[in-house]
Amino acid sequence: MLKCRIIPCLDVANGRVVKGINFVGLRDAGDPVEAAERYDKEGADELCFLDINATYQNRETTYSMVQKTAEKCFIPLTVGGGVRSSEDVRNLLLAGADKVSFNSAAVNNPDVISESAARFGSQCIVCAIDAKAVSSGKWELFTHGGREPTGIDAVEFAQLIEKKGAGEILLTSMDKDGTKSGFNLEMTRAISDSVKIPVIASGGVGTLDHLVEGVIKGGASAVLAASIFHFGEYTIEQAKKHMDKAGIPVRLER
Amino acid sequence: MLTAIVDYSSGNLHSARKAFEKISVSNNLGSVVVTSNPDVISSADRLVLPGDGAFPSCKTELLSSEAYDAMVYAAVEKGRPFLGICVGMQLMAIKGYEYEETDGLGWIDGEVCKINPTDKNLKIPHMGWNTLNIEGEHPVLKGIFTGDHVYFVHSFHMVVGNRDQRLAYTDYGTDITAVVGTENLLGFQFHPEKSASVGLKMIENFLSWSP
Repeated sequence: MLKCRIIPCLDVANGRVVKGINFVGLRDAGDPVEAAERYDKEGADELCFLDINATYQNRETTYSMVQKTAEKCFIPLTVGGGVRSSEDVRNLLLAGADKVSFNSAAVNNPDVISESAARFGSQCIVCAIDAKAVSSGKWELFTHGGREPTGIDAVEFAQLIEKKGAGEILLTSMDKDGTKSGFNLEMTRAISDSVKIPVIASGGVGTLDHLVEGVIKGGASAVLAASIFHFGEYTIEQAKKHMDKAGIPVRLER
Repeated sequence: MLTAIVDYSSGNLHSARKAFEKISVSNNLGSVVVTSNPDVISSADRLVLPGDGAFPSCKTELLSSEAYDAMVYAAVEKGRPFLGICVGMQLMAIKGYEYEETDGLGWIDGEVCKINPTDKNLKIPHMGWNTLNIEGEHPVLKGIFTGDHVYFVHSFHMVVGNRDQRLAYTDYGTDITAVVGTENLLGFQFHPEKSASVGLKMIENFLSWSP
């Protein structure tokens, strides 16, 4: 049986793991390569690096961080943040990423997804959707780390990028991110039900029950969390055991 | 001893190289190269054919690669240990039906079809960790047991004609072929290089295997 994936996310700025609330007020959470190794040992199902202030200058830092991690971790590694073109995808894959996540660039030009999927396969193309509730049952896409509204409906956009060949959606609730009050379950369910590709729920995890809700109520194929793991509140193993008890299939070591 | 990972411009060879290198170095199992050079491939002691993307484009790339003839020579004429991974495994089939009907290498009696789970709520691609059900004995599966997890990511799968060539499967609303093998030829649908300790163990077994 396919297992629900638990993915620790490392938000990285200038080569350090950081974590803020609603995308602002960043706090240092350590060295990304060390953190990745620890999560790998604890049984994380995948790792995610998001370069949250990706610029041309710090690209090299990202490549070297990805490279060092890929040498030590033999689980899938997704890298996102500032990815603009299929050439960026290529460079990240060469550095050792297994999947690359588009965000703002795909909003401006969804064809960058189809072009990259045709070149490297859908299996390595993730599209991040950062959305906020605008009215009941309506969610709007925001870009640039949550600063720019787009007027685009999140459900419609999810269906569009599925058609363009994205292999997976990383769905973050901007209202919830860093608040520790749980995923936006209604939005997660709406998006998950509207596409065939897997949806990773993200944004707002504060307790292990939130992870369970994301899967059972939100319909997510995978759950992503940052602060609950970074600051030592819970280990990956505790999270998995908790989900297992709640009846969610997870990968536990034999 | 030299293991050649065949480079035919398909997808991401980096992860595979890292994992094979790590295991080679730590177990003293020779060296690993990623190459399309026919001389290197035809003299390599074992071959790995990775593959990401769609069956027809991978087949076209492989056929037009300078590596192709040397790979067939080493695998078929010389009988050297050969491992296809993901689409690399699917290419070993007789035919594929992704986008269009495409001939495979014809090394395994199977056809590559869209995954069609009975439960329509199951997501496609089949992406993530799933458990192996071991059906056949094989040196490369030594120390690997039913219930062990490996990492899959694919939307098409190989339906085998000769059940003896299917050595393991996984369940995703239907039986999904996970390992195929006959003589010196072996294929994994999952990614051993991304399957943590279970995958690394299988890589070690492959690198020590003499058919």
